[in-house]
Amino acid sequence: MNNASLSQLRGKTAIAGVATFGCGEAPGYSDMDLLANAARRAVADAGLTMNDIDGLCTASVLATMWPMEVVEHLGINARFIDGTMIGGSSFVAHLMPAMLALEAGQCDAVLVCYGSAQRTSTLNRKEVAKARRRMDPQPYEHPYEPILPLSAYALAASRHMHEFGTTRAQLAEVAVSAREWARLNPDAFMRDPLTVDQVLASRMVSDPLTVRDSCLVTDGGGAYVLVRAERARDLPRPPVYVLGSGTAVWHRQISSMPDLTVTAARQSGEQAYAMAGLAAADMDMAQLYDAFTINTLLFLEDLGFCAKGEGGAFVADGHIRPGGSLPVNTNGGGLSWGHPGMYGIFATIEAVRQLRGEAGDRQVAAPATAIVQGNGGTLSSQSTAILGTGDTL
Amino acid sequence: MNDHAVSRPAPAARVYADALAEGQFRIQRCRACGSAIFYPRELCPECGAGELDWFAPSGRGTVHATTTVRRKPEAGGDYNVALIDLEEGPRLMSRVEGIAAEAVRIGLPVQARVAVTEGEGLLLFDAVASNNAGESDHE
Ligand SMILES: [Zn+2]
Repeated sequence: MNNASLSQLRGKTAIAGVATFGCGEAPGYSDMDLLANAARRAVADAGLTMNDIDGLCTASVLATMWPMEVVEHLGINARFIDGTMIGGSSFVAHLMPAMLALEAGQCDAVLVCYGSAQRTSTLNRKEVAKARRRMDPQPYEHPYEPILPLSAYALAASRHMHEFGTTRAQLAEVAVSAREWARLNPDAFMRDPLTVDQVLASRMVSDPLTVRDSCLVTDGGGAYVLVRAERARDLPRPPVYVLGSGTAVWHRQISSMPDLTVTAARQSGEQAYAMAGLAAADMDMAQLYDAFTINTLLFLEDLGFCAKGEGGAFVADGHIRPGGSLPVNTNGGGLSWGHPGMYGIFATIEAVRQLRGEAGDRQVAAPATAIVQGNGGTLSSQSTAILGTGDTL
Repeated sequence: MNDHAVSRPAPAARVYADALAEGQFRIQRCRACGSAIFYPRELCPECGAGELDWFAPSGRGTVHATTTVRRKPEAGGDYNVALIDLEEGPRLMSRVEGIAAEAVRIGLPVQARVAVTEGEGLLLFDAVASNNAGESDHE
């Protein structure tokens, strides 16, 4: 399918319901418990019942046959199932197959859902990491004991600093901006004031990234419901239309990344912009998967908000803080709102809440468009979504 | 064992690991397009061809990206993780030894060395003493 025919999908589907559940700490809840609670609430938010759901997109960090477990637990009969698992971008990447299935008439209502109890689970994260090294070995990286994924992002950051003169203080500005947004969000996990100096003085983990350059580890479930646009208009919430979607994967291991300073978001973004017929300048906000502070700089550049190499200066000028020219990660992001393992679905949900005007103190003034960037692996998978209100159709 | 098992070539990952265990660093080159390839593969990632020949690279490389992984002294202390560009083209992950972890800089010339421990080989790199080391920081 070429871009011209993908453009025909622009605005044909809409997110009709969203929900999060148990974000932060949810002791006693399993991944599935969190997913199911978010799913039930998202379906209710859409004005539907679980019996209306006949399409499912989901993925799990731990379970390889997860869609079957979710079908069973939720008691749904799904005629369309997508279990694509490309890390944290998965739930942004699920948009395109879901749109195609809806447009083809394969199904009428797709539930995209996720849950993770990674913070409070009795499953020890070190044990999980050890098991993963056996089940998904990377024999050309693991012997050198990088802290994965963190050290991979640190290597990319080292290269960005070398090529463009990006500084640790500029990276820290990303964390501070995220915290400024989190301070406006009662649902954010970390809301204490944070300064650049505090980030610089925080514990170094893998140079140049400190613990404050790194996303949080929290629990949480998230879900959204996608339906055809004409149906969304009959449902209770203001429809948030999918205007563009693109996904690209260029590598798995950081050592195979073609250029450490350019991510596949450049390709996924181009695809999404082309489908939407829009450009960076048309975006009223950006929800960028900030697993680490370097991510935000890379995605601002690769999605065209500033030139390659100028991400550091862009954020240092205050553009992404509350009141800046480009609202970024308005919930506080993975750095300060929370990070239940695969954050892409939460970035999507925040964009929907903003476009509906439901974001409270952190509400962006009358936004019509949002770009969402999902990231997975070690900058490996990139999925871009462009969402819009009815005014954009 | 089926009919074809006898003539089936060993998988590249096995050939690589076996050579490394004997202290030999070997990588592949595509017979069709000439690309040097790392990590070991069953086909050329550049052109898709299946005829790949093993050769010994020079072992000369340059640090492309570097990080110091912080670790408590009682657990062994800080260590380096780096991406190295081989002279022949491929990039790989390794550890630079012979200088302090935090002294490893992008652009530093390095030389490959295979450490064999208990029958397993590990590819490492040593910093190459160079009068130009300071300048190479800005390659
Ligand atoms: Zn080739």
